[in-house]
Amino acid sequence: MAFVTPPLQDIKPPRWVRPSINLRDRNWVPELIVLVACLYVGVVILLPALSVVVQAFAKGVGVFLDNFRSEEMLSALRLTLLVTAVAVPCNTIFGLAAATAIARKKFPGKALLLSIIDLPFSISPVVVGLMLVLLYSPTHGLFGGLVQSLGWKIIFSWPGIVLATIIVTFPFMAREVIPLLEEEGWEQEEAARTLGASDWQVFWKVTLPSVRWAALYGLILTTARALGEFGAVAVVSGNIRGETQTLPLFVEDAYKQYQTELAFGAAMVLGAVAIVSLLLKLLVEQLLESEKRASNVQEEREP
Amino acid sequence: MTAALPRRGLLPALRLPSWPWRITWLYLGLVLFLPLGGMLLRAAGVGPAGFWEMATAPDALAAYKVSFGVAALASLINGVFGLLVAWALIRCRFPGQRFLDALIDLPFALPTAVAGLALSFVYSPDGWLGAPLMKMFGLKVSYTVVGVGVAMVFISLPFVVRTVEPVLRSLEHEQEEAAWCLGANPTQTFLRVVLPQLMPAILSGIAQGFSRAVGEYGSVVMISSNVPFKDLITPTLIVQKLEEYDFQAATVIGSVMLLFSLVSLLVINALQVWGQRYQGST
Repeated sequence: MAFVTPPLQDIKPPRWVRPSINLRDRNWVPELIVLVACLYVGVVILLPALSVVVQAFAKGVGVFLDNFRSEEMLSALRLTLLVTAVAVPCNTIFGLAAATAIARKKFPGKALLLSIIDLPFSISPVVVGLMLVLLYSPTHGLFGGLVQSLGWKIIFSWPGIVLATIIVTFPFMAREVIPLLEEEGWEQEEAARTLGASDWQVFWKVTLPSVRWAALYGLILTTARALGEFGAVAVVSGNIRGETQTLPLFVEDAYKQYQTELAFGAAMVLGAVAIVSLLLKLLVEQLLESEKRASNVQEEREP
Repeated sequence: MTAALPRRGLLPALRLPSWPWRITWLYLGLVLFLPLGGMLLRAAGVGPAGFWEMATAPDALAAYKVSFGVAALASLINGVFGLLVAWALIRCRFPGQRFLDALIDLPFALPTAVAGLALSFVYSPDGWLGAPLMKMFGLKVSYTVVGVGVAMVFISLPFVVRTVEPVLRSLEHEQEEAAWCLGANPTQTFLRVVLPQLMPAILSGIAQGFSRAVGEYGSVVMISSNVPFKDLITPTLIVQKLEEYDFQAATVIGSVMLLFSLVSLLVINALQVWGQRYQGST
């Protein structure tokens, strides 16, 4: 146990010293920083977020609940859930596969591959949608002929929306799991392998449990983003009310049509999802940290 | 018996990679490389002269100017205030700190359409902030370039805070105490000792925020009036071109945006490598 000196500002002066401190010399900078920081975040983030809640319930809870009778909003909600239900498992499988493949190997071009996986974060969602249109549009797409002859409908239909959502959200899982796997090292897997476990058993019984919180964290981020994706979906969906309109598209459309209650009602639903995902994230972060601390303690005990 | 010998190692180049590798490459190929390649192919089909002409058409140039100019301003504003917020979160203790910390992540978590709706309401001429701003300064925010800026500030706020935080936390107090012992006043200590070490993180956060703000669509499209040459951003221009069935122009402008995101990815990576080196040497 190393002796840790507390930082200077944490050492309180004895009571009898107090009167000699001149109030005029007091340093007001920290208070000012906190005040400005809170004001800035309050105006930029908190106020708009609050406005959604206030507007959604401005005319009472009854009016808010009436929104759920709107067939168009319900169909948008159903489509959003369907898209998420397809996109998230696909991305989870990819994320875990990519993480186990990449994290513990050293090879030339590893940094490049990681950057490629990160690409969807930096490409504008609209460009993602455009790429899909250029590929699958029956009239102008590269595979237009093929899509038409097979009788598929990808653009302006749910498969296109699913594809757009997948592209925009696939890096989250790999990004969360890779650093943890890199940190942990190979020993446990090697032990399992020498004991005769197959690849599948090693993954299922050793690797996955060791990254479960990071994977859960990645899952939350993927789901939250998949539910709320707007730009990429807007380009490929065609935005037909009641058919190919997801909930975020519905928010924009309703606002444009001056259906303010509906717009804020749908926004409230999405906002609630965002807040729940934030809370879950905080919880998982704490679990991750406590697990890390526990394993550190163990390492200290058995060097 | 010899026929049963394992053949592995004889032709290592032909050995199939493991399952995770196969899934990774197949998925990346279908989901990322195929669409990317398709768009680049279409862009190449336009020809260099046509590409240049469409990429520098007056409406495209005006859109770049709005997108890049406003995003630069927004990310710089967040560079300053993000540092301040990170400082407050790491170096100060105050009630509601955890709440402030959680709020920072909201722009990441909140769907952009919801953000756009909220911002365009709050800053509309009869909104919470729009009405006083209009009355006091005659400033119209929603449906102008200022509104575009507000949306971009919202969307890029977390980046600087989240990149600066870990570096600020790992700074050793001793350095500042040493500076104080050597007679530096707080301003000197901040400018000469603390700020240089935070600089790579701040720049990396600004670059990430800038890149995100340039590509942002959902929140901006709702607060902007989307009038060409006034407050139309590049992603909206792409959407409009697609709605007019002008696929070539959309492809060309999309390729310009793609090129920008590739460059910004390289710059951000370089900044992060620089930051790591800086931390390693101190």
